Amino acid sequence: MSAGRWRRLKDRLAGRVMGALAFLVAMLVFFIVVALATRARPLLDIQSPVVLLTSSEWHPRQGKFGFLTFIVGTVWVTVLAMVLAVPPCLLCAIYLAEYAPRRLRGTIKPVVDLLAGIPSVVYGLWGILMVVPFVRDVVTPLAARHLGAIPLLRADNPTGYGILSSGVVLAVMVFPVIISVTEEVIRAVPDGMREAALALGATRWQMIKGVALRRALPGIIAAVVLGFSRAFGETMAVMMVVGNVPQIPRSLFDAAYPLPALIANNYGEMMSIPLYDSALLAAALVLLLIVLAFTIMARVILLHAVRRAA
Amino acid sequence: MMTDSVVQVRGLNVTYGNGPAVRGVSVDIPARQITAIIGPSGCGKTTLLRSMSRLLDLVEGVRVEGQVLFHGQNIYDPRVDVTEIRKRVGLLAQQPFPLPMSIYDNVAYGPRVHGLRERKALEALVEKELRAAGLWEEVKDRLREPASGLSIGQQQRLCLARGLAVEPEVLLCDEATSALDPISARRIEDRLLELKADYTIVLVTHVLRQARRLADYVIFMYMGELVEHGSAKKVFSNPKEDRTRAYLAGEFY
Amino acid sequence: MGKHLEERVMLGLMIGSMVLVIGSLLLILATVLVKGLPALNLAMLTQVPKGGYYLGKEGGILNAIAGSLAMASGATALSFVLGLGVALYLQLFVRQSSRFAHLVRLALDVLWGVPSIVYGAFGFTLLLLLKMRASLLGGIIALALLELPIMVRGMEEVMGMVPFGLKEASSALGATRLETALRVFVRQAAPGIVTVILLAFGRGIGDAASVLFTAGYTDRMPSSLLRPVASLPLAVFFQLGTPLPEVQQRAYAAALVLVVIVLGISLLTRLLVRRLSRYVVR
Repeated sequence: MSAGRWRRLKDRLAGRVMGALAFLVAMLVFFIVVALATRARPLLDIQSPVVLLTSSEWHPRQGKFGFLTFIVGTVWVTVLAMVLAVPPCLLCAIYLAEYAPRRLRGTIKPVVDLLAGIPSVVYGLWGILMVVPFVRDVVTPLAARHLGAIPLLRADNPTGYGILSSGVVLAVMVFPVIISVTEEVIRAVPDGMREAALALGATRWQMIKGVALRRALPGIIAAVVLGFSRAFGETMAVMMVVGNVPQIPRSLFDAAYPLPALIANNYGEMMSIPLYDSALLAAALVLLLIVLAFTIMARVILLHAVRRAA
Repeated sequence: MMTDSVVQVRGLNVTYGNGPAVRGVSVDIPARQITAIIGPSGCGKTTLLRSMSRLLDLVEGVRVEGQVLFHGQNIYDPRVDVTEIRKRVGLLAQQPFPLPMSIYDNVAYGPRVHGLRERKALEALVEKELRAAGLWEEVKDRLREPASGLSIGQQQRLCLARGLAVEPEVLLCDEATSALDPISARRIEDRLLELKADYTIVLVTHVLRQARRLADYVIFMYMGELVEHGSAKKVFSNPKEDRTRAYLAGEFY
Repeated sequence: MGKHLEERVMLGLMIGSMVLVIGSLLLILATVLVKGLPALNLAMLTQVPKGGYYLGKEGGILNAIAGSLAMASGATALSFVLGLGVALYLQLFVRQSSRFAHLVRLALDVLWGVPSIVYGAFGFTLLLLLKMRASLLGGIIALALLELPIMVRGMEEVMGMVPFGLKEASSALGATRLETALRVFVRQAAPGIVTVILLAFGRGIGDAASVLFTAGYTDRMPSSLLRPVASLPLAVFFQLGTPLPEVQQRAYAAALVLVVIVLGISLLTRLLVRRLSRYVVR
């Protein structure tokens, strides 16, 4: 075979192999869903998915599997984390995008990225060492004394392990995601718009409030949805400080049992109780589908925003 | 008198996403002469040039109809080995893009890719082409240094050496001097004048003075169409078409 | 006067937020350092757990350090090869406007958001299917899946910044797409590629949820692909869960080692990028 022929053959072969790889990667989510669903089938055959999602009865040994408690627990923790994280992250992102001198931004951004690199267990460790004692020894007594009237803040749980602690830890964990995406989105607002507002005599903040944020709003919403999606699936750190008590929470101080923690905690016993493995893998499937929905939602929001701007 | 021709364009139509760029162009490129394609910006001269080595394949959303014949064979025939065509029809682009490697490796890249491995032969070839490009004296002591460290004029001469190293028959130059300072530009022009003895050169330029200086044959394009072509002497002194006359007089550019 | 006051107040809040964010980071690092340093000694780094380790007797976390390094290296290598292939394919072998390219990119966006515990669960089902036990190989596969979206996305981004003129120059010399990919694109994007590799490695080495199901745990050094392997995140987790303070101390030490590795990688990235940018064309 001539040299030219051999080179062309290599090129075509490489193209085919890489194309196949790309195809497999594209199908990967599908494979994961199928694999989990297949393993969860024994359970789904005898118990309808609707019951699975809406029942709060969780008694594996009696064959009763209901995810509601855990889904609600996850929602509580995640929503609290977002409520705690979004305002400071937004402010940080605005500062970095609009006010910070370039050198400061160049120093701060790597620091924020550093936060993103810290492993989940280390966050959990910090939670146990610092957040839980603080909640237990400072916040809980204070709330018990002064805020007992508000049901949301009824401080019945003296251990410190609960939604509040895990919400705080989770909030810090999603700082980097929200800050970096929001900052990018704000910086993408065209300078022409800014100049127009500033030239009319607005302060920088007025320009931001009236022009930049309004323009960046879809992107900011997408960033929040993305952060929510990340927080929803976070396992280790939350598991270590949330208490892991399977109950539907009534107050921020209550312990809860998020879905990822359920899966992680009971992995060891999966094979010993009938249908337990199907249940836990069904839980993983539910988690995946919820996160998928949020990811696609974020993308759709961004797509709409881009289309509107064009 | 028609000299022999290695490249012939036949009924070329090139359409981009937003409209036709080249419409029904047919012309023979004379061998071993400098052919200048001139015309106002957006007239399709760059597209015409790039169609001659199938570089349009790299661009998104392009449709090419018609034929470009190289040694009698249509280069757009799917059975043709495009890498072989591009070896024999080289490109010198407007913006010099040295490859991310040393000066030596830049020039040796083409030959290596086409199978030349023997060190002595490569070294000799690199020196020969760097001399031909007029760069040897300036870089002979730093061949292993990154090519990105050269000045822009030197980089363009490096790109010329690199293009010559694969031993093409035709050299396509797309505004090859417009990014350079006048001295570097002049050096490239001088090299091209020397090279035309052995290579067929087709260049695109928007600088009429450059065309007058270098061209043996002229092709004038306007709005994607071939308006007029012929020997430089005839077209520059006595253009047949009104549009050509107007362009040469500087009425539009 | 009102509008200036409002701006002042907002700026104050912004600075406060920055302090909050950076302060949190410093608090976390400080906690790990203060708690972990006293418990860190040579024995911890050079020994595996001996008998009675979990009751406070001798040993160290070498099994976890070696296990983590082995798993993360294997996973990063695997996902690098796959990721490079997919990224080069998307950049050089398909039209950017093609439906396939859009599909792959959408899939990657989705994969990027999949929680690591789901990758662990998926890895678990694969192991069941292949009738394998939790092992080093299982951990490598789960981590490789976790790292894959980071790898591909990162490399796509880096390669997208290679100027078109470079692709044209290489093609104009008669190089095939594969040759342009490997000889020009990879070299031009090298600093970025290294950054991405290190980023993915750092992500992989710190993850616990995906290896929980798939890698198992052991007190021994990694010896075979088919045997369970220890990992630092799980070492922290398990040791923290014991009631004995001496063993909990060791968890702090393990956490410190993990943080040092991750931070070290960050630093290494910056240094390497500077060195590798020598040949890159701007």
